Amino acid sequence: MEIIYVYTRKRSEFGRPCSFSDRPAEVNVDIPPDPSMASSFILRNPVDSHVQHTSDMSEHEVNTERAEVESRGVNHVEGGWPKDINPQEVEQTIRFRKKVEKDENYINTIVHLGTLMEHCVKQNNAINIYEEYFEEEEMVEVEDEPPSAKTINVIRDPNVTKRTATHLSWHPDTCKKLAVAYSSLEFQQNMKNMSFDSYIWDLENPNKPELVLRPSSPLVSLEYNPKDSHVLVGGCYNGQMAYWDTRKGGLPVEVSAVEVSHRDPVYGAIWLQSKTGTECFSASTDGQVLWWDIRKLSEPTEMLVLDITRKGLLENALGAVTLEFEPTMPTKFMVGTEQGIVIACNRKAKTPPEKITSTYSGHHGPVYALARNPFYPKIFMTVGDWTARIWSEEIKESSIMWTKYHLSYLTDGCWSTVRPAVFFTTRSDGTLDVWDFLFKQNDPSLSLKVCDEPLSSLRLQDNGCVVGCGSKLGTVTLLEISSGLCTLQRNEKMLATAMFERETKREKILEARHREMRLKERARSEGQESEVEERPVESPQEVLDRARKEFFEVIEAELQRQARAETPTPAWQG
Amino acid sequence: MAEVEETLKRIQAHRGVVATIVVNAEGIPIRTTLDNSTTVQYAGLLHQLTMKARSTVRDIDPQNDLTFLRIRSKKHEIMVAPDKEYLLIVIQNPCE
Repeated sequence: MEIIYVYTRKRSEFGRPCSFSDRPAEVNVDIPPDPSMASSFILRNPVDSHVQHTSDMSEHEVNTERAEVESRGVNHVEGGWPKDINPQEVEQTIRFRKKVEKDENYINTIVHLGTLMEHCVKQNNAINIYEEYFEEEEMVEVEDEPPSAKTINVIRDPNVTKRTATHLSWHPDTCKKLAVAYSSLEFQQNMKNMSFDSYIWDLENPNKPELVLRPSSPLVSLEYNPKDSHVLVGGCYNGQMAYWDTRKGGLPVEVSAVEVSHRDPVYGAIWLQSKTGTECFSASTDGQVLWWDIRKLSEPTEMLVLDITRKGLLENALGAVTLEFEPTMPTKFMVGTEQGIVIACNRKAKTPPEKITSTYSGHHGPVYALARNPFYPKIFMTVGDWTARIWSEEIKESSIMWTKYHLSYLTDGCWSTVRPAVFFTTRSDGTLDVWDFLFKQNDPSLSLKVCDEPLSSLRLQDNGCVVGCGSKLGTVTLLEISSGLCTLQRNEKMLATAMFERETKREKILEARHREMRLKERARSEGQESEVEERPVESPQEVLDRARKEFFEVIEAELQRQARAETPTPAWQG
Repeated sequence: MAEVEETLKRIQAHRGVVATIVVNAEGIPIRTTLDNSTTVQYAGLLHQLTMKARSTVRDIDPQNDLTFLRIRSKKHEIMVAPDKEYLLIVIQNPCE
């Protein structure tokens, strides 16, 4: 600790006093001009000089200082009481009121106003003048308006170094709060002063986060517990799992031990349906799926290695990028992998190899999003590389429907919660697409450019009208979709069912046909193999002769065909 | 005095009526069926609104005057009967 003692002294009081003296001017140096040096001057010819007849301008930038605005409420205190009466004193106020009530004017006024009021009250009770008179006709009007979406809010990352908004989670009850996980997913690009915080935003106040979550490593995924809206679980960039209780502040209540956690960022963390409401599971690109109980994060309760050869070897395991779980089917879940394969698993299988029930491969790159249709659990959608595909659980060979190949990567997608054939996708050129598969399958029904940087995550609110998109620079944009895209149309469920069944049948038929063809091929090639064995081994010269003979035969045949085509057939003449 | 009681009781007894408040010209609640803080809030806010509405009506036509003010909101309807010195406020839930 430094101890500093400051003392002051006037400048004139230390140092020697100045003594000034005065003397006349003296010439120090006098250099006379030397004419002989004038000859070494070179005259410049031509001489160019510029003149400009404009006013001198300079550019300045002015920006006012950013004022931090905060909304606060003011509570009015009771006023209006005459000076001698203290509003806190109950006796005085009662006395005052009684005095007023005795006033004759008061009585007359109230009686008069009372009759007037009663008339209106009775009017209200008799008939509701604001009732909906033409209710049925309204539905027809809704279909005519073109689909649109408008931005209702934009929430930016308050830090200087911007991080990607990797995951969004809406508050389960009120939907007025949004938890956003921020992290930088670029490989080894972690800047030194990048903040690790993730935020919970209250939509009423988009300038300042409601709660700051401070993990030890940036969060890649974050989910609210659907049963208990104060608890959130988050998966970190370094593979740990942490859980927060919003009532207890911004530090995690518990963090899983590093040794037993994942070894890669936790890309998917979802709460499970359990009696205690404290179970969750997580998946990461290290090839493991781990189940946890929040109360004891020191070790996972169960583990599964995503090895599709069913040997449980971590070396062969595929890295998981997304996780999907439907609360109505608690034993089954699906994992989307980096290699483009979707693995459907059953948690309750007896032996680990049996846990992997089936695989679906069809994407060329990592499967970034995986979601089951809330109306048809057998139909699920995957988003990866440049397309979004719709699959049926029964058809394992290929997807039943898919979108066209886009020019940019598709980064995330989800189904609409109100309309069975509508889903949303985000692209890496900053566009949000809304697809209505019943209406049009070639193009999205609505394509909106949300921002210039790539969109990284997407989450729909439970009411189906508001969607939040997170971008690479940490900006979360909230959009409200027009009512045409989020209200159920009249025959929609029936039509959607019919469409999915038709596509599933088509794929089944194609699959059957492929299988038949393959069987035939195999049979034929087996037959050919036996033939080859009977033929004696030919010497190279014989092979050459045979090849030459065959070549000339083919040429002859071609020439003859051409000659025949040139001569007109008799039918053309006459 | 008894007529006042009777009138107010009758109004309060109608179907759907949630609360009745009588406010004087200074914004002091004289009679109320709600708790104090809510009453003070209603009294202060509706007093100002009624003044504004009355001045609006009179600005357009000086011989006109405000007789009744009804504010219908999603949850209920606020009805204000103004007078020179007092204000009678009734909050009712329309029947639906």
